[in-house]
Amino acid sequence: MGAAVATPWTARARRFEENVATREPAWVKGVLITIALAFFGLFLLLPLMTVFAEAFRKGWQVYFAALVEPDALSAIALTLLVAAIAVPLNLVFGVAAAWAIAKFDFRGKQLLTTLIDLPFSVSPVIAGLMFVLLFGMQGWFGPWLMAHDVKIIFAVPGLVLATIFVTFPFVARELIPLMEAQGREEEEAAIVLGASGWQTFWRVTLPNVKWGLLYGVILCNARAMGEFGAVSVVSGHIRGRTNTLPLQVEILYNEYNFAAAFAVASLLALLALLTLVIKSLVEWRGRQPLNAGEESQGVPA
Amino acid sequence: MSAGQSRRVLPGFPLALGYTLVYLALIVLIPLGAVFLKSATLSWEQFWTVISAPRVLASYRVSFGVSLLAAAINAVFGLIFAWVLVRYSFPGKRIVDALVDLPFALPTAVAGIALTAIYAGNGWLGQWLEPLGLKVAFTPLGILVALTFIGLPFVVRTVQPVLEDLDTELEEAAASLGADRWQTFQRVLLPVLLPALLTGFALAFARAVGEYGSVIFIAGNVPMVSEITPLLIITKLEQYDYVGATAIAVVMLVVSFVLLFLINGLQLWANRSRART
Repeated sequence: MGAAVATPWTARARRFEENVATREPAWVKGVLITIALAFFGLFLLLPLMTVFAEAFRKGWQVYFAALVEPDALSAIALTLLVAAIAVPLNLVFGVAAAWAIAKFDFRGKQLLTTLIDLPFSVSPVIAGLMFVLLFGMQGWFGPWLMAHDVKIIFAVPGLVLATIFVTFPFVARELIPLMEAQGREEEEAAIVLGASGWQTFWRVTLPNVKWGLLYGVILCNARAMGEFGAVSVVSGHIRGRTNTLPLQVEILYNEYNFAAAFAVASLLALLALLTLVIKSLVEWRGRQPLNAGEESQGVPA
Repeated sequence: MSAGQSRRVLPGFPLALGYTLVYLALIVLIPLGAVFLKSATLSWEQFWTVISAPRVLASYRVSFGVSLLAAAINAVFGLIFAWVLVRYSFPGKRIVDALVDLPFALPTAVAGIALTAIYAGNGWLGQWLEPLGLKVAFTPLGILVALTFIGLPFVVRTVQPVLEDLDTELEEAAASLGADRWQTFQRVLLPVLLPALLTGFALAFARAVGEYGSVIFIAGNVPMVSEITPLLIITKLEQYDYVGATAIAVVMLVVSFVLLFLINGLQLWANRSRART
């Protein structure tokens, strides 16, 4: 990326720094930057570095041994499986919801948008609890599920359901403002010119929103792979069977196996860093449309 | 434009809306309804006894009190952070800006064990703080640290775009009328930033109240002292006290919905006051 990006970036701050009316005395600037960087170092950088420092504290061999251990490998596989189911389902939902909300007018639209955001304001623990109440042994469908030998709670389907719930709004809330900002004229022109609905979607709508879509999917995936509270409630912590990576971290940590816990945690931290890198790239590539999207919403949880 | 059915040019509305509603009902509405239905199996007195037990009340005090404090810390430092990112250029700024979102991307359990390792008695910072009589890990102070970590991006990312869009004319007018920078900030900038700042504060608070993963490792989880409400729900579940867990969950859900309502209102206000400037 380099210089091409750096120019507008620094230019934006310089606009304020070079204007007598919008700049502070140098000492104020120095103090504020120092406070911000100290806060940054203490609350963001230090925890991140700690993960890697603790993971490698006993050396490379212990680190890699912790990662290729069978329980860790099955946790990796399960985490990938859960995300591979939850993310595409929420992707399809997000596109459908955005199409309905952004391209059409109907009553109750505002309510629907609020309801889609609902999972962000529900504690992950309660998200897990809901599915236990529905599908657990004492839940509404518990007896029926038992009779038909279907396991949802303390099994993979429960993990998937809880993950879908906590990552439910990510794609939709990224796409809705973006597609609303882009209006309907282009699609309407395509339809009038004889394109089918699917052709219009694939060739007109999708190219317009691809960066926003990617952005939503990345955030959705990061949360799906990293979710802890909700899956903790429905998992039952069965080693090698229902442990995702975050749950494996907890088990190892509670066994005082800190090196292994941090080794597994470092995988998740790498995933987080990768997410942030892709996110920055996407923001850079699609700056205009994404900014338009971010203005009208809050910040994804 | 509230065109009727006949004027719709684009196809796919029934399918898209139908799918959205069915998926929303299956994943969100019915499961949430189950919580309220389950709590309805309790009489009002039973419900009240569960949600007002001393240990439960103590957990509200911890959860809401510490969350409020963390959100306030985030409001102050988040504002400074957003200000510095928008107004000043300094080396490494792009990296700092990208890493602000770390708490969104880093799994909460990872944040939890990392913060614990830092602040425990033998940790990087803990070993210096404890001789000073400042115990962070395994006390409510540890919860404060975790919730501050979790909430930081909410304030920065709601205030930052507003600051970026701000016209310099406002400040130029203030300066030409003889205001110094502090006066300009207090009387001109702060009123403009306030809706976004409050929105960020409320978002950080709402997230902190329900937070679980990053807190339980560092909290010590001592009943009546450092036990958060979400943990109490899990404790009750593990004792197969489903009804008790559900009753407390209902209290938390009601608080969350009120907060969501409040945040929606704040965002409307923020958007409107931005449109004006």
